[in-house]
Amino acid sequence: MRSNELVPSRRDMLKLTGVAAFAAALAPHLALATEETVAAELKKLFGGKKMGTGKLKLDVPQIAENGNVVPLNVDVTSPMTAKDYVKAVHVFADGNPWPQVVTYNFTPESGRAAASIRMRLQKTQNVIAVAEMSNGDFYSAKSQVKVTIGGCGG
Amino acid sequence: MISRRDFFTAAAAAALLSNSGVGGLAALAKAQKLTQESLLRFDPLGTVTLLHFSDLHAQLMPIYFREPSTNFGVGADRGLPPHLTEQAFLDYFKITTGTAEAYALSAEDFVALARTYGRMGGMDRMATLVKAIRATRGEGNVLLLDGGDATQGSWSSLQTKGEDMVRAVSQLGIDAMTGHWEFTYGAARVMEIVKNAPFAFLAQNVRTIDWQEPVFAGRKIFEKGGSKIAVIGQALPMTPIANPRWMIPNWEFGIREESMQKQVNDARAEGADVVVVLSHNGFDVDRKMAGRVKGIDVLLTAHTHDAMPAPVKVGNTLLIASGSHCKFLSRLDLEVKDKKVTGYRYALIPVFADAITPDPEMAKLVDEVRKPFVGELNRHIGDADTLLFRRGNFDGTLDDMICQAMIAERDVEIALSPGFRWGASLLPGDPITFESIANATAITYPNCYRQTMTGTQIKGMLEDVADNIFNPDPYFQSGGDTVRTGGLRYEIDISQPVGSRITNMTHLKTGNPIEASKGYTVSGWASVKQGTEGPPIWEVVEKHVKRLGAVRIEPTNAVKVTGT
Amino acid sequence: MAIKTKPRLRVPSSAKKGELIEIKTLIAHDMESGFRKDKTGKSIPRDIINTFTAAFNGKTFFEAHWYPAISANPYQSFYYRASTSGELLFTWKDDDGSVQTAKASITVA
Repeated sequence: MRSNELVPSRRDMLKLTGVAAFAAALAPHLALATEETVAAELKKLFGGKKMGTGKLKLDVPQIAENGNVVPLNVDVTSPMTAKDYVKAVHVFADGNPWPQVVTYNFTPESGRAAASIRMRLQKTQNVIAVAEMSNGDFYSAKSQVKVTIGGCGG
Repeated sequence: MISRRDFFTAAAAAALLSNSGVGGLAALAKAQKLTQESLLRFDPLGTVTLLHFSDLHAQLMPIYFREPSTNFGVGADRGLPPHLTEQAFLDYFKITTGTAEAYALSAEDFVALARTYGRMGGMDRMATLVKAIRATRGEGNVLLLDGGDATQGSWSSLQTKGEDMVRAVSQLGIDAMTGHWEFTYGAARVMEIVKNAPFAFLAQNVRTIDWQEPVFAGRKIFEKGGSKIAVIGQALPMTPIANPRWMIPNWEFGIREESMQKQVNDARAEGADVVVVLSHNGFDVDRKMAGRVKGIDVLLTAHTHDAMPAPVKVGNTLLIASGSHCKFLSRLDLEVKDKKVTGYRYALIPVFADAITPDPEMAKLVDEVRKPFVGELNRHIGDADTLLFRRGNFDGTLDDMICQAMIAERDVEIALSPGFRWGASLLPGDPITFESIANATAITYPNCYRQTMTGTQIKGMLEDVADNIFNPDPYFQSGGDTVRTGGLRYEIDISQPVGSRITNMTHLKTGNPIEASKGYTVSGWASVKQGTEGPPIWEVVEKHVKRLGAVRIEPTNAVKVTGT
Repeated sequence: MAIKTKPRLRVPSSAKKGELIEIKTLIAHDMESGFRKDKTGKSIPRDIINTFTAAFNGKTFFEAHWYPAISANPYQSFYYRASTSGELLFTWKDDDGSVQTAKASITVA
């Protein structure tokens, strides 16, 4: 069976998750962060990189219906070929006690560098996504989500 | 108890305005040519008629409903209709002061004109109008659409979980409905209504939280007057924020503009000649959406309870606002040629209860659904000495009454009451029955809580709710008015961002500023939190009104507004 | 909390060669963030699923690292470009070391 050839080595996976591990190492510094400290840490993490915009679509609601279940969708434009694909997308929320939300690792086999998940947002804050391309380029996107107490509608 | 002076003033004013002396309603109606026939007069156009009403709020019987005297628009909507009130509204739409139209559409001289022109609405009157239009226009040319909030707002609707209204609108023969307050009966009840209803329940913007799948049909295509008419439903996007989301825990709402665009495109691909959106977005949200979603011919608005005698045009989209409480029926005739709307004619028909002969079949149904509750409904609790009304961005005397009831009966310093836009008005001299109280309080989460809140928490709440109304981006607005306060005076600059609008909060009783860290006893109701404890608000209000006997409330002017 | 419940999947059972398919997964888990306190004011220790992976015929093609901000009962959707018929394997790893897996077969015409 052809499939045997496709079994990954453990080493491959570790390579794939390199940046994620790097980001995770920073996480303790980000605990109990503010908008400013998160911005500073992100600058440290990605500071040397040229950060483009446009290719990364960050889709979050303008207003959270429920701060415990906020839809988060990322979608990066890429041919997703062996030569040119999206390696990772990192998402941060700068008003949460632990600002890291999720890190995705994609492969050319993903076909499309898009993923949806649900997150918790403790209060009104910015959600920041950073995409890391196979050629070393970076793209980022930022969007504010309002978390309100609600009530009184009618 | 009716105050004699008030009565004289009102009667004199009515006589003066109508130029017909105190000759009784019939004579007045005649002088104003207020007849069923005149209300129905319409020069038909094309082959398609859309009939629309919204926000009936379960008002089966004729009522008084005073339109707002404060209804500020912000951002791009500042000063635009529907954010015009009183004389400015009348001037904009070229309506003469003192006329029946002025009475129906504005707060100008409300009490005097109410005595002249009488109550409005009544499901049996609505039925008469609908039947008459269907008869003259032809059944096959008329589409009847309900913009949502028909099934909540009365004691009988609360007790039957909206079944009384579902039966009434079914008998009326609505073709489709969308929703908002419907959802406060809980997900299971909504699905039961949808399953059994003879009409379509349409809401393209509701998804399951788990798999993101549509909960309801998004659209339906109707064949009327030789045209294919696609109707796309849009439920209130903010439902889980404005109302308890624990009642609909597995559903997610939102505006979902992209998916609305897809609905429009798909409808066209299916051969729709006309695309109609049956929306419960609220007017400003709809105005923004109409500018961004391409290809909507008619956007039937709702939620914000605006009644406008002419459509607003955004690009090629017509926006219709049909008012609330069964006060109005919108008629929109469309001329359709080569799959395009080539002409329209519109009338907002006021439902003057005294001028319209009740439809006997609907009258029978209304009697039947109210019968089990008539004893409770007619219970006489007290009397209105002054006008009691709810609408207005910041306060209304009806809400002042509710706040005073909470302060007195729950023994608190400060009271908070939700800025609901539904609730019938009472004229000076009207009895306050249990039905009057229920018409302003009948909700499925009525518990009147008592708790301690700090000054910071109170301010935070006022700020949060104010931003839901005065955020300059309509997509952040949830409709409704601001939270009403009792025992409190404050200033609000509506042009400021969230957190900076509310200043100079003062405790009315002591005259002292509200301190940020100090705890205050607070009572409120309609909390969206699950498990809120306390007696239902109607019990609190009933107790208080009974104790007072006569309710006399002058406008408090406790909220100073700037930045308009 | 050791993962006990069976994950739920939405995966197309067949696809054309080269077709992009969307995969949706759900698993029941409290995702205890570590930032909450119990009634006595004591911190509730963190216990989340921290890694989710998706592999086709043994080769991982998608990996998600979840942090405490991920909602309870995590939902994750993502894509895969169908190449050959085979088996998709999904793995959820808990902080406590427990692992849950789910499989789905796909036929590629």
